Amino acid sequence: MAQHGGHQPNHGAEGETRRDFLYLAAGGMGAVGVAAAAWPFLRSWSPAADTLALASTEVDIASIREGQAVTVTWRGKPVFVRHRTADEIKQAADTPLNQLPDPQPDARRSAAGKPQWLIVVGVCTHLGCVPQGQRPSETRGEFGGWFCPCHGSHYDTSGRIRRGPAPKNLEVPPVTFLTDTSIRIG
Amino acid sequence: MRRMILAAAAALTLVAGPALAAGEAEHPRQQKWSFDGPFGTFDRGALQRGFLVYKEVCSSCHAMQQKAYRHLANIGFSEEEIRAIAAGYKVMDGPNDEGEMFERTARASDRFKRPFANEKAARAANNGAYPVDLSLIVKARHDGANYLYSLLTGYKAPPPGKTVGEGMHYNPYFPGGQIAMGAPLNADAVTFADNTPATVEQMAKDVTSFLAWAAEPEMESRKRMGVQVMLFLIVLSGMLYAVKRKVWADVH
Amino acid sequence: MAHGTPPTQLTNPLMRWVEHRMPVFAFMDQHLNKYPTPRNLNYFWNFGSLAGIILVIMIVTGIFLAMNYTAHTDYAFNSVERIMREVNYGWLIRYIHMNGASMFFIVVYIHIFRGLYYGSYKSPRELLWILGVVIFVLMMATAFMGYVLPWGQMSFWGATVITNLFSAIPVIGPEIVVWMWGGFSVDNPTLNRFFALHFLLPFVIVGVVILHLVALHTHGSNNPLGIDKKGPQDAIPFHPYYTVKDMFGFAVFFVFFAAFVFFAPNYLGHPDNYIPANPLVTPAHIVPEWYFLPFYAILRAVPDKLGGVALMFGAIAVLAVAPWLDTSKVRSAAFRPVYKILFWVFAVCCVVLGWVGAMPAEGIYLTIARIASAYYFIHFLVILPILGKVERTLPLPTSISAAVLKQGSGMVAGAPAEKP
Repeated sequence: MAQHGGHQPNHGAEGETRRDFLYLAAGGMGAVGVAAAAWPFLRSWSPAADTLALASTEVDIASIREGQAVTVTWRGKPVFVRHRTADEIKQAADTPLNQLPDPQPDARRSAAGKPQWLIVVGVCTHLGCVPQGQRPSETRGEFGGWFCPCHGSHYDTSGRIRRGPAPKNLEVPPVTFLTDTSIRIG
Repeated sequence: MRRMILAAAAALTLVAGPALAAGEAEHPRQQKWSFDGPFGTFDRGALQRGFLVYKEVCSSCHAMQQKAYRHLANIGFSEEEIRAIAAGYKVMDGPNDEGEMFERTARASDRFKRPFANEKAARAANNGAYPVDLSLIVKARHDGANYLYSLLTGYKAPPPGKTVGEGMHYNPYFPGGQIAMGAPLNADAVTFADNTPATVEQMAKDVTSFLAWAAEPEMESRKRMGVQVMLFLIVLSGMLYAVKRKVWADVH
Repeated sequence: MAHGTPPTQLTNPLMRWVEHRMPVFAFMDQHLNKYPTPRNLNYFWNFGSLAGIILVIMIVTGIFLAMNYTAHTDYAFNSVERIMREVNYGWLIRYIHMNGASMFFIVVYIHIFRGLYYGSYKSPRELLWILGVVIFVLMMATAFMGYVLPWGQMSFWGATVITNLFSAIPVIGPEIVVWMWGGFSVDNPTLNRFFALHFLLPFVIVGVVILHLVALHTHGSNNPLGIDKKGPQDAIPFHPYYTVKDMFGFAVFFVFFAAFVFFAPNYLGHPDNYIPANPLVTPAHIVPEWYFLPFYAILRAVPDKLGGVALMFGAIAVLAVAPWLDTSKVRSAAFRPVYKILFWVFAVCCVVLGWVGAMPAEGIYLTIARIASAYYFIHFLVILPILGKVERTLPLPTSISAAVLKQGSGMVAGAPAEKP
């Protein structure tokens, strides 16, 4: 400004540096303050305490007969609980790993010591549709497991991807057997 | 200028002072609380003893709908202890695959079990009086903690000339002086794990602390964060004042 | 727009390209950077920008609260408690919003009284002032509806009492109230529409604030001397002088704000609002939030229902016409010795109104309320018009810069408070 240019005080180089440092420090502190103030707002979008507390589900599996499957809800998503037949178990166990896009042995996917129980998250790993194959009326795809109608992914009796666009096997959730007939997912 | 600020401050204090508490009640006796003041914290021992008092005494009539068993982790109970506490209750769940409601053992994620299914049931069981929900009671009463303590320890015989209605009890701290709830606390009604003698005063003080925590579970982190924020802002103000003076140096 | 602003020159070709199509850089340069501002503004001129930053804080916290709030009579109270207990930092966001309303009113009241003291409403700033009154009315409507949302006892009964004010309208009053409720009492439809409006109105306020700023930047800020700028020597560029001063003001005010949010978040509220709404039981003492108390006192001072409502709204309306009621040619109270005293009498009158508004409407309080209400209107309708004609004002300084350089002479008493 013209009216100030005239009486710009004659700060020496030293005064200049001190002033610049002050501006920088105050500005920096202000920026830190704004960033810190943004954090609680961003964090408020993360799952709330009550949402996290409901992160486990208990299921009674006594009534699921061999060959049958039920769908339960866990964290708002469907979970497939299938009581596999001996035939299905054998099929899953005998599949050579080199035929699998996402190689995983069946023993690592079914319940430990209880191979008849297969529990997987019923969400196709392609784009999140729910595969068919739970009810007798639905197709189980070419590998006897599940078939995703959205883009044609086929899963086998271990919930592993065999053909189609899905990149990964159906996710296995953490499962604890509370008794022989009752499980906790999560 | 100074006068203007003072006047504004005076206006604020005058205007903002809460409206008088119901005139007919005695002023609560003032207690010292560990959670008073800007650095106040809850006394975990008092909270745990207070929870026991709530559990053994108050919870037979008063619900705490905002509280879940898992919240007890906040007052120092371990996960196993919480699971054990919850396991002592049966809660309604359902409908199951047959469409029936069923009872199951409570889990940590369940809300505190309510003593009555709804307000009507609560009134029916209590001569028409409704035992209020206690989750927010300390915030929902003026001078809440002192009021509760005074009320719980304030039962006595009515003064001469004061008549108390049928099924009512005299308590000078309750608005109107009559309360449907009988004196809830009797000495040794509970046995504290830490061997603190369970006098009426002790139980009243502990359960009030517990209810203060229940109403404001965020209080400790709020005050802690507040101290940090205040320090930060005061330093920032000082720096900005220095910057302002530098910038303005050539104007005056 | 603002006269005397040096032109904006751009050298960067990209900026010139944009500028040719949309002159944003010149706009920012003219209104945030070079904008010529009187050099003698005191700290009371900080409260305009403070109100602006609080509006922003209210909108941001409000939007994040809305993400977790449920506008239904069965869930509203519990959804607010869930924000307080379960949502990450929900308590912080809600307490900022809750106390932010009070902070907003504190700041705006100081802003209004500053305008009254220094005659900022006088020509050519009448429209600027009226837009300010519009903002104030919108703020009151927004605050009232926001207070209903937690669906506590005070929410419910406040909503009932305030909506019932409209039943005072002759003939169609009762119909209007039913229409506003969307039912036969304050209920779910009322809560839903209040939520929608509470979300909308702040953005309307933003719009009026922009108009307020357009009007402000047309003639520039008033100043503690109340005289016009005579030339460039009376002004300094907005940046860095007032930007840094505003920043400093923000930081200091945030200390005050944070003290409430973190250490006394419910001090300005009422405990009854932590009791869920119960349409069958009215709390023993219902009082509005503190910022409505002066108007509430005027409402209750009148024994007639319609009269009380009319006078209450009149108390705000009379503010809007203050530029024409005040006949004095001199703006600043610094040169109006009698007005300066009467200004403080009026300020005390408003405080007294606020105080009796919180007291029961009976006995001595009612008498005080009536006297103060009467004086409130006398100040505007009698004192301002007559005083302007009869008051002997002090000689005005020849220019702002002359007065600033001669600082310390009695002539500018009460003007520049800050240390050079």
